[in-house]
This record gives sequence, structure tokens and C-alpha cells, in this order.
Amino acid sequence: MHMSDALTMADRSLRLSRRNTDALITALVLPVMLLLIFVYFFGGAIDTGTRYVTYVVPGVLILCAGFGSSNTATAVTEDLKGGIIDRFRSMDIGGAPILAGHVLASTARNLIATTLVLGVAFAIGFRPAATLPGWLAALAVLLAFILALSWLSATVGLLANSPEAAGGFTFFVSFLPYPSSSFVPTDTMPTWLRAFADHQPITPVIESLRGLLLGQPVGNTPWLALTWCAAILTLSATLSGALFARRTSR
Amino acid sequence: MPSPPAIQATALYKSYGSLPVLRGIDLHVPPGTVFALLGPNGAGKTTAVRILATLTAPDAGTALIAGHDIRTHRREARRCLSLTGQYAAVDEKQTGAENLRMMGRLAGLSRREARARAAALLARFDLTDAADRQVGTYSGGMRRRVDLAAGLVRDPEVIFLDEPTTGLDPRSRKEMWDVVRELTARGTTVFLTTQYLEEADRLADRIAVLHEGRVVAEGTAAMLKSRVAGHRLDLTVTSREAYLRLTSSLPATATATATAATHRSPETLTLGIPTDGSAHHVRTLLDELDPHHTEIESFVLRGATLDDVFLTLTRPANSPQDPTHAHV
Repeated sequence: MHMSDALTMADRSLRLSRRNTDALITALVLPVMLLLIFVYFFGGAIDTGTRYVTYVVPGVLILCAGFGSSNTATAVTEDLKGGIIDRFRSMDIGGAPILAGHVLASTARNLIATTLVLGVAFAIGFRPAATLPGWLAALAVLLAFILALSWLSATVGLLANSPEAAGGFTFFVSFLPYPSSSFVPTDTMPTWLRAFADHQPITPVIESLRGLLLGQPVGNTPWLALTWCAAILTLSATLSGALFARRTSR
Repeated sequence: MPSPPAIQATALYKSYGSLPVLRGIDLHVPPGTVFALLGPNGAGKTTAVRILATLTAPDAGTALIAGHDIRTHRREARRCLSLTGQYAAVDEKQTGAENLRMMGRLAGLSRREARARAAALLARFDLTDAADRQVGTYSGGMRRRVDLAAGLVRDPEVIFLDEPTTGLDPRSRKEMWDVVRELTARGTTVFLTTQYLEEADRLADRIAVLHEGRVVAEGTAAMLKSRVAGHRLDLTVTSREAYLRLTSSLPATATATATAATHRSPETLTLGIPTDGSAHHVRTLLDELDPHHTEIESFVLRGATLDDVFLTLTRPANSPQDPTHAHV
């Protein structure tokens, strides 16, 4: 795969998302709305031992990343619906640069949304205690999460038969952070749910993000989070190669 | 060294599940010519084009594009060809110029080269004024042109056009024909599929008629027309019984030259039979079909239409009866 092809494809995806005004507004406004809803609607009733805005911001960042990344599925499905993939293939541009372009664009979109959410969070009283290495490590975990989830979404996009079906995946991924420690400590959940919440991949991601940003000890949680992300990324990249070939060679 | 054929296909087979789509296709297209693959919907045209353009793998058979095997030297083959399919292969939310610059970059041009190439192609396809508008706002004809332009950023030797004028209004269709002629004037080989005989007739040096996955006829437009005779004898018979007898026994008669009625009208008890229009042939036909001179009431001799040619060549293999006949 030529890196320049992936960059050209990322440039394309970003331009397309800029022009898809509705989706763009949703992608930027929804995360901020979610933050405000959690802090002001639910925050007063939830006791986490710290100020709730400080507790919940990492969770909202993950929720937004999940929502933003999963939109990649819809973008990939839209591509498959039209004739443009055939044109790319007949120019010898394979699945890897096409999907990598979508993933890169998704990462860029998510970083913008993340910056926006962090800005608003600061404005309403989010005061993390992280040092610079803590910030960098947190950013690395978030980036890994976005990359893994974007590529997973691209894979789902190859499986879905319509953009509507791909949209279902967005919903599923948006739901995943709830049964985790994103918004409430897991020890308030019923035992069976807690077992799931403690062992699903979102939890180490959220725990390391929160620990790193708040300057708390994190142990090996960031490594666990990165391992999860690497596994999802590897699986998705492998699977998507085969799926792309199957989906497009008929 | 003589240049290899632009397209050389041998015994291409393709099935989807248990449905055979191509049942052994041989094609030979010399460089710099226009070749039309003509056939009704479902004949296998798109499948044939997709295989030749390396997008779909054949179940059996081989094809060479400008001498490069589509299976073993796919990359080299792809470098020589471009495909413009039935579905627009450009982004509606990008402008014409952005689409073409993107294709240029993907074709390995530098930013500056891609920009120059896009501008040149837009000018060539009369799209300069629309260069900075999103393709979504283009008319049908403009969309096809920008789509075609996108396939030309690499200056391919062989261009595949899958039903380039389907759904276009007559004016856009004529513009598209001019574009094809301009391409061949530059020495490019054009392989197009069409459902329209007129289009094949006007553009193509050679035509292959594809029917139920097989090439049932191949040659110049003139050769194909002569194959099905130049005229049609419309006979009106006296009774329904006579009509039924003639339509069922027609293929067996000698002079009806392996043809059958290309036109049937049970309501008026009329059927049209291809003929060369000579007095001898018409007289023999009348005598053979109606030996007792009682059943044929009147006849009219018409020039064969292109539809007659097409219908004769693409008649379903095992059923000489057509739907109108089935109602009798």
C-alpha cells in the first residue's frame, strides 16, 4: 500500500464529511450536548467521590470517540453502494488504502470533536491534575481507541448491506460505554452486569484515561487498554482485507 | 513488432451460483477500433465488461488487454485500461475538478501535474465552467462526461464503456457519441456495451451480439444486417387456424432461411418474415407458406428495421413463440 494513496483517500473522506453538513453538525454538537447532559442532568444525583464533571469527562470522550468512529461504517457502506470502488480498483487502488483513508479521516474528525469537548469541559469546571507525560499517555490511549474502533467500523461497513444497517452499528457502539465505569462506578451495578462491565474493552480504556488525566495511579491498565486496541485493530485489518476482496470482486 | 490486439478473450465462462451468465465468449478487438457488445438486458454484457476490466474473475478462460493477461498480469493490464460503468464512479459531493485531481493523484501524478491534467480534461469535455461545482448539481450528460474524464487521467489504451448512453436524452447521447469518436481519433480502443442497435451501428467498427451468455453473431453492422436480410414481408392471413399453422411450422420451411417471424400481430392475423426483398424470394416464400393459395390474404413489403435484426439474433433459443403469440 502506498501511503500517499491513503492520504489522498483521507483527504477525500475529510472533504466529503465537511460537505455532509448534517452529519458534521451531529458529529460536533452531539458530543458537547452529551457532556452537558451528563454533568447537569445526571451529575447532581451521582456520587462518585470526586466532582462529577471531573469523573465523567473521560467517559464522555470515550462515548464521543465511539460514536464518531462508528460513523466510518456508514461512510464505507456509502462507497460500496456507488460505482467509485470499481473505479479505484480498476486504477489498482486496493482495499487497504481506501479503508485506511476512511480511518485516518475518522481519526482527524474525532480529534476535532475531542478538542471541542475538552474545551467546553474546561469552561464548566473540569480541572485535571495530569502532568505532561500523563496528558501524552492519555492522548495515546484515546488515539489507539479511535484507530481500533474506526477500523472495526470500516470492517462492519464491509459487512453491512446498506448505510441504514451500518447505522445500527453506530447505535451499538454508542451503547457500549454505558455498561462500564464511564459514567458511574461499576460497584453500583448488579453482579452479572458488573462482571461484564469490568471485563469489556471499554473499561480499561476509560480507567486509564481517567487515571492518567486525574493523576491517579493506573498500574498496568494503560497497557491492558493498548493491548485490547491492538488486538481489535489487528483483527479488523485482517478481516477487512478478506471482506473487501469478497465484497468487491463479484 | 506488430502491436498486440487491444482485447483478446478466449472462452470466458462465468456463473453466479447455478446461473450461467457467460457460456464461452471469444472476442478479438484490434487496437484503435470501436467494438460494441450488443445485447438485451441480462445478456451478460456487464459481466463481460467487468471481467475484461479485471474487476471480476472469470470461472474459466483467459483474456489479454494490450497483451497483458488479466489473471497473471493484472497490474499491467489495469495500467492500460479504464472502465466507466453504469453507475457514476465519481463523488457527488466533490466538484468536477476535485474528483479529477483526486484521480490524478491516485494515478501517481504530482499535485501540480494532477491539477494540470484535471484542467485539461475538464476543457476537453466542455466542463470548464462547471469545474468548481459539485458533481451532484450536474446534468445527466455532464455527469457521464466527468465520469469518463475521470477514467482518462492515465491516458489508457483501452476504454470500456458500460452502457454509456442508457438513460440520457437524445442530445446528451449525441454528445457522448462525439466523445467516443474523438477518443478513437486519438487512437484509443473503445469497447462499449449497448442495448441500442443504432448506437452500435453509428459508432462501432465491429459488433458482437451477446445473447444468453453467448456471442450469437459478430461482424460489421452491414454484415449483421445482411445476415437477417434487408426487408420484411408482412403477411395477413385469412383465419386464426392459418395463423397458428404458419407461426408453428414456419421455421421448418426452406426459404424462410432459418428465420422465423420477427413480427407477429395475432389481433390482425399478421406476421412479418425477413426476406431479401427480391421477387424470386418473395414469390417462393408465398408459395411455400401457402401452397394452395388460400390462406394469405394480402402482403406488404417493408424495409427491415434494426429491431428486426436484433430480434432475429436474440430470439430465445428454445421458444420461437413470443408473448403476443402465447395469447392466441
